[in-house]
Amino acid sequence: MDRQVILSYLPLYRDAAWLTLRLGCMGIAFSLLIGLACAAARYRKTPILSALAAAYIEVSRNTPLLIQLFFLYYGLPKIGIRTNAAACGVAGLAFLGGGYMAEAFRSGLEAIPLSQKESALSLGMTEFQALWHVVLPQALSVSVPPLMANVVFLLKETSVFSAVSLMDLMFTAKDLIGLYYSTTESLFLLVAFYLLILLPVSVAGSLLERRLRYAGFGV
Amino acid sequence: MSRELLAVENLVKRYGENTVLDKISFRVQEGETLVIIGPSGCGKSTLLRCINALEPIQGGRILLDGQEISRDAKSLPKLRQRIGMVFQNYELFPHLNALDNITLAPIKVQKRKRAEVVEEAMSLLERVGLKDRAYDFPRQLSGGQKQRIAIVRALCMRPEALLFDEVTASLDPEMVREVLDVLLALAEQGRTMLIVTHEMQFARAVADRVLFLDGGKIVEEAAPDAFFDAPQSERARKFLRTFTFETVKHQKIGGYSK
Ligand SMILES: Nc1ncnc2c1ncn2[C@@H]1O[C@H](COP(=O)(O)OP(=O)(O)OP(=O)(O)O)[C@@H](O)[C@H]1O
Ligand SMILES: [Mg+2]
Repeated sequence: MDRQVILSYLPLYRDAAWLTLRLGCMGIAFSLLIGLACAAARYRKTPILSALAAAYIEVSRNTPLLIQLFFLYYGLPKIGIRTNAAACGVAGLAFLGGGYMAEAFRSGLEAIPLSQKESALSLGMTEFQALWHVVLPQALSVSVPPLMANVVFLLKETSVFSAVSLMDLMFTAKDLIGLYYSTTESLFLLVAFYLLILLPVSVAGSLLERRLRYAGFGV
Repeated sequence: MSRELLAVENLVKRYGENTVLDKISFRVQEGETLVIIGPSGCGKSTLLRCINALEPIQGGRILLDGQEISRDAKSLPKLRQRIGMVFQNYELFPHLNALDNITLAPIKVQKRKRAEVVEEAMSLLERVGLKDRAYDFPRQLSGGQKQRIAIVRALCMRPEALLFDEVTASLDPEMVREVLDVLLALAEQGRTMLIVTHEMQFARAVADRVLFLDGGKIVEEAAPDAFFDAPQSERARKFLRTFTFETVKHQKIGGYSK
């Protein structure tokens, strides 16, 4: 491995990591919102919305991100909708993640006994207030582990972004290997930068889980 | 002249084929304490849940102060604010401390000022002897303490009527008294209450009127002394006998183990 080569590649990887992280975080933020909305619709059994949410969850979880990205990036322009690669990346990640996040939220919501909701309703809360003030805060303590696992999973999935020519980490590594045959250095940096992004997230996740576990909501 | 607060008219409740409440009618005056008793599974809990519209009903109507309580009504949350309910298993919110449990709904639902609600909550807590427990979480409290917090939580909404569903049934015997004393004090204050209980002595002491429920019907409706001293129906007599029999049995066992 050539140190000189590694040093000269660093700025490229830094920019790529920044792009990965930025688009990844945006996609994850949207996926959390979508997931929460879908889980709420399913939990409250809102007639049409609940069925739509169920269908969406199945579709999003059972199609590869690559296909979703191709559809957005190459498919939409064919029907006259202009897109750019970054927006497609974020949208694709949000679409994929929304389904997974919805399931994570749902497992938490279902773990809370119905009697808690009834107790909130009997105090005059609306269905929404009961969900927001009483059920959801308790559900989160159950949902955090799968939510954190999804965050890590989605950050890893960003490696597919290179397929729509976003200059993310994967793209940069492939590019450098193609141009200079510097396979060892390029792959080393690729792994190092992914670890740099994912390890802190993973550690933060376990710390959060520990805190929630020791907060011990037991009745 | 007292005013009629609650009216249940021809209430029918079915679970599938099983008719649990069969055209039940009764009225509750303001300030009255109504005790509902009956064998296990006769529909006492179901009746209270229907009054709070936690269960859909298949016939009849329930009126609070002339307004129909229906699950379709837009005004349902407003009506529920006027009826407090205390459950057998407390149903405190485990993620909130006692004070937040009590003040959540007055602040978020009734939009009252936090400072004012906290003050009221504290004085209510003091009355049930739990002022020093305001910042404890439910998991740090005993069953009797949790149930008293749950009662204060219902009271802090300033409801016109209170529903109690076997609020001492999950408690260890030595904690039953502290909860029943709170209920007796509320009755003395002239609160309107519907109490479901298996504590017969307490029922007799607290009731203005007793409803005996069996087979989906109100079998007897009487003043407490009349009901407990001279029940009219064979079913009520049989039901009350089960309690005296238990007593005799306990005494015997106590004698042997000595
Ligand atoms: N969710 C439900 N689905 C079907 N049947 C139910 C349901 N809840 C209650 N029942 C039935 O309705 C009847 C009345 O139940 P309920 O809980 O009201 O009785 P109860 O008088 O409160 O009894 P207990 O003294 O044991 O608390 C019972 O036969 C019960 O099996
Ligand atoms: Mg019951």
